Amino acid sequence: MNFDLTDEQQMLNDSLRRFVSNEYSFEKRSTFIDAGKGSDPQTWSALADMGLLAFTFPEAFGGLDGNAVDTMVVMENFGRGLVVEPYLATVVLAGGLIRDVGNDAQKDECLSAIASGERKMALAHYEPGARYNLSLVQTTARKDGDHFMVSGQKTAVIHGGQADQLVVSARTSGNATDESGLSLFIIDANAKGVKIDDYAAHDGYRIADISFSNVAVSADNLLGELDQAFPHIEKAMDLGIAAVCAEAVGAMEAMNETTLEYIKTRKQFGVPIGKFQVLQHRMADMFIQAEQSKSMAILAANTADSDDRAERRNALSMAKTLVGQGVRYVAQEGVQLHGGMGVTDEMFAAHLFKRLTTINLLFGDADHHLAQVSDQLLAKSA
Amino acid sequence: MDLNYTPEQEAFRAEVRQFLEDNLPDDIRERVQKRLRHDKEMTQRWQKILYEKGWGASTWPEEFGGPGWSPIEQIIFEEECALAGAPRQLDFGLRMVAPVIMTFGNEEQKKRFLPGILSGEDWWCQGYSEPGAGSDLASLRTSAKREGDHYIVNGQKTWTTLGQHADWIFCLVRTSNEGKPQQGISFLLIDMNDPGIDVKPIIMLDGEHEINEVYFDNVKVPAENLIGEENQGWTYAKFLLGHERTGLANVGQWKALMKRLKTVAHEEQDGQRPLIENTRFRDRLAQLDIELRALELTVLRVLTDKRGPGPQASILKIRGTEIGQKLFELLMEATGQDAIAHIPDALELDYNGPRAGSIDATPAAGDYFNMRKLSIFGGSNEIQRNIIAQLVLGL
Repeated sequence: MNFDLTDEQQMLNDSLRRFVSNEYSFEKRSTFIDAGKGSDPQTWSALADMGLLAFTFPEAFGGLDGNAVDTMVVMENFGRGLVVEPYLATVVLAGGLIRDVGNDAQKDECLSAIASGERKMALAHYEPGARYNLSLVQTTARKDGDHFMVSGQKTAVIHGGQADQLVVSARTSGNATDESGLSLFIIDANAKGVKIDDYAAHDGYRIADISFSNVAVSADNLLGELDQAFPHIEKAMDLGIAAVCAEAVGAMEAMNETTLEYIKTRKQFGVPIGKFQVLQHRMADMFIQAEQSKSMAILAANTADSDDRAERRNALSMAKTLVGQGVRYVAQEGVQLHGGMGVTDEMFAAHLFKRLTTINLLFGDADHHLAQVSDQLLAKSA
Repeated sequence: MDLNYTPEQEAFRAEVRQFLEDNLPDDIRERVQKRLRHDKEMTQRWQKILYEKGWGASTWPEEFGGPGWSPIEQIIFEEECALAGAPRQLDFGLRMVAPVIMTFGNEEQKKRFLPGILSGEDWWCQGYSEPGAGSDLASLRTSAKREGDHYIVNGQKTWTTLGQHADWIFCLVRTSNEGKPQQGISFLLIDMNDPGIDVKPIIMLDGEHEINEVYFDNVKVPAENLIGEENQGWTYAKFLLGHERTGLANVGQWKALMKRLKTVAHEEQDGQRPLIENTRFRDRLAQLDIELRALELTVLRVLTDKRGPGPQASILKIRGTEIGQKLFELLMEATGQDAIAHIPDALELDYNGPRAGSIDATPAAGDYFNMRKLSIFGGSNEIQRNIIAQLVLGL
């Protein structure tokens, strides 16, 4: 039992901390977002140069055999600076699936292209009306000779509009909500029949709705076993949960720091407003929420790679519930303590507020995951 | 980073578990698990059993007769004790005054007081709060005037938990009125059998006698019972509060109660289904389970932090007591209106009379009422937030 980072993780943490504070200022971030590209080429290649895009890939494919704790270190730092690069989409979600279920040819081709920074990928899984339900997939892939014909509609694809290639889930057998009968495909974003509606997101990210209309996909691009994708999709989402929990911790700590700074300097009634006990106690509660969330983000990172499904699902849903509640608390209080300034576009706190808010909505909100934990209690003989 | 216990730690857990299975007396286990009334005899009997094993003080270093366990081993020990149904050991001696004596006492005091604390022969209580000094502890007025080689103590302490059993009381007393209120306070150990001491019960809202008022009327205390230096007592008191707060997270006991609560939720009926099938209740149970897991991990983070427990320990006191209170609230609500009946005799082990509802209903409301104390004692949770604001956030 120990909570220490390894020396390598500590170095990674230190260099990322420096990178974010030196190269990713609030002003620079705004220009990146205004450019509307979903990724800043210089930043992305800097991340590639740091080896970050390959960190969690196997050594045999140019990586460092990193794990979800390494991802935690990365995402926590991204959270502090609200980095909006397509790391989560490319490396954690799509890259994670290729790493976990891809064959050697697919790993060789995709992982090295991701690692060098030349290819971006995204995971297209959620569908309209499915909300956070992972097994409700109505996109179909019909076998046709040595091809599959993919048709359907995907929604809320993180950085879908910036991806060169998509990992797409589709039903190859069974009924709309069955866990079995799902398969994954690697599909080029510019393939015939793929239509991408790329939107700006409130949090500075990009998000897309994507439709597939009789898209021909070579059987070579089937990712993993036919009909057996569900447990892998679920695990990819758990890796995503662990990643955004860590990002949330970084952003909560940033919110607490910037709010603390504000209430120490902003004067009303002749004194810094941080002298008022009513604000002190709220700030103390924000601190407590961040610390509790950090504990659960650590739990999430240390469990996300586990193949013990019951243990992993329980831990990740516990973490996402508590972090989902924590981000709401810290985000709302942070804005409130900034007073009128908190609702202006010029304040970093307002942008932290927006990202902290959307993190709760990703991969299932607090209510969704509370229900998961709760329903597991039914089975337990306690 | 590794959240698993090491094989050595797991072996240690198994050893503790086996010891508890072999040595925890059935009557004590039953009283704890059914949340019946505790008494002095059972607490001392259990302390003696642990003492003879060499495990009397899980947090003490070896040089004073402790087992010299790491923080993780201490946690494992506490958790196993709670899960097995062992009674809570008496904190006042073991975890409160003992670290002060070890750190600030002289050799003579260590030799004289620590063995009795470890064996459980000496029962200690705490003399901090006064009628006019609660959260504003430094305004205390109980005075100790030096006369030759004695102090003459006059004043009144209150909220003295289990003081009715005590052989000794550690007190904060005023030895000077110069300077700031904190500067004139001393830390004095007083024999409860000294003439001039009067203990009067305060009955709590659950009808139980747990706390007391202690009056001092010209009590003659030998000067050798002063800990450290005169007028430096506030420093020692703050040191002690840091120790107390870490213990107040109480995770082991809450885990044992959570386990019981889950069983109760499966056993209690809600119409023609088990209560656990009531989604609204189950969601609250799940919520609390999640919060307890977060607390457990936070405790482990604080205790394994090489910098030692700092003001962050205030988080543990706040969250630990909030979670404990919610546990007792759900335990009460789980038994529904059966919890309303107040049958004081039914809190004894040999009670054979009628009771309302299941055995879990018997202590449910009384415990809930009683446990409102958690967020009030040991520095109220509002005071803890002040501490975080001032010492952690620099406000």
